[in-house]
Amino acid sequence: MKTIKNTLILAMLILMTTAFSTRTENGYKIGDTIEDFSLKNIDDKMVSLADYKKAKGFIIIFTCNMCPYSVANEDRINALDAKYKSKGFPVIAINPNDPKASKGDGFEDMKVRAKEKGFTFPYLFDEGQKVYPKFGASKTPHVFIVSKKSMKVEYIGAIDNSSKNPDAVTEKYVENAVDALLAGKKIEKTETKAIGCTIKVL
Amino acid sequence: MIQKFISFTLIAAFLFSCKKEIPKETLTKEIAKIATVKSLNYQQLKPLLEKQDDKIYVVNFWATWCAPCVKELPYFEKIGAEYKSKNVEVLLVSLDFPKQVSTKLIPFINKNNIQSEVVLLDDFNEDIWIKAIDATWSGALPATLIYHKNKRKFYEQTFDYETLENELKQFLN
Repeated sequence: MKTIKNTLILAMLILMTTAFSTRTENGYKIGDTIEDFSLKNIDDKMVSLADYKKAKGFIIIFTCNMCPYSVANEDRINALDAKYKSKGFPVIAINPNDPKASKGDGFEDMKVRAKEKGFTFPYLFDEGQKVYPKFGASKTPHVFIVSKKSMKVEYIGAIDNSSKNPDAVTEKYVENAVDALLAGKKIEKTETKAIGCTIKVL
Repeated sequence: MIQKFISFTLIAAFLFSCKKEIPKETLTKEIAKIATVKSLNYQQLKPLLEKQDDKIYVVNFWATWCAPCVKELPYFEKIGAEYKSKNVEVLLVSLDFPKQVSTKLIPFINKNNIQSEVVLLDDFNEDIWIKAIDATWSGALPATLIYHKNKRKFYEQTFDYETLENELKQFLN
């Protein structure tokens, strides 16, 4: 009996450690090279970064349907894509939530939301939640700017300095970072933070 | 025997009903409805995160729209009630959107009869204050700070009651 109990406790401990190890600590850091992925877009086609032959880099944004901070940033994400896709830095949005843990974040819901908001960028579904842990994304929205050719992480963080209220923005972190990359300059702020919703897992 | 069985059933029912809902005792108290929540910017919140008195402060960052936050809120309420006599105070820092204070936050507090103090943190430049509150915080909700004078511990995670109580116990004595 005692051994069974001990085994159970041990099993629980192992489960707990593995549960925590998928958290942010192991994700990409500034300067790391990212692995490409292949995820399903809302048009049912698979998307990989390698598909973008002409891109100079990517604005990868983990976002979702249900988080109010994501919703508050949808127009700004559209604006980023409008401004930078033609310059070689398209937005790639990825929904990292498990729809079983976050009602309203299912693949069909993503199609609806993208249509409502007129998303001009791919909105990918992280099926099986395999991609976001590699990045170390911890919340939505969470931005990673990557530059080619070495697929290097250049920036991690927030879109700007006022996630709740677009009218109060005084510093546009992502724009500043991409502008610096385009100009061949050093990015001033490579890591910023903002409030967001935890990524939903079962 | 039957009497024993009945009392057992009653206790079991009581325990079971307590699990998910707000503790029964709060229902018997006079329900004082609140009409406002104090809105603070970071500079105004800061003193509440570094008090030097004898109390142990459990500060939970949450929002009504954050499902895991709402799920763990009863544990913070319970900690606040059970450890009140041991000089523990719970502060709930809401990150609800200011425009939803009257439509979501205040009704939530009243409906659930929240006993801990609730303040609204409304400030831009999150990058500055998130890092100031704790360098390890990514900004995800929920998050919790437990502190006693200069001893501080920050948790970017969800809690169940037992885990929260165990963490708190490290600050007691």
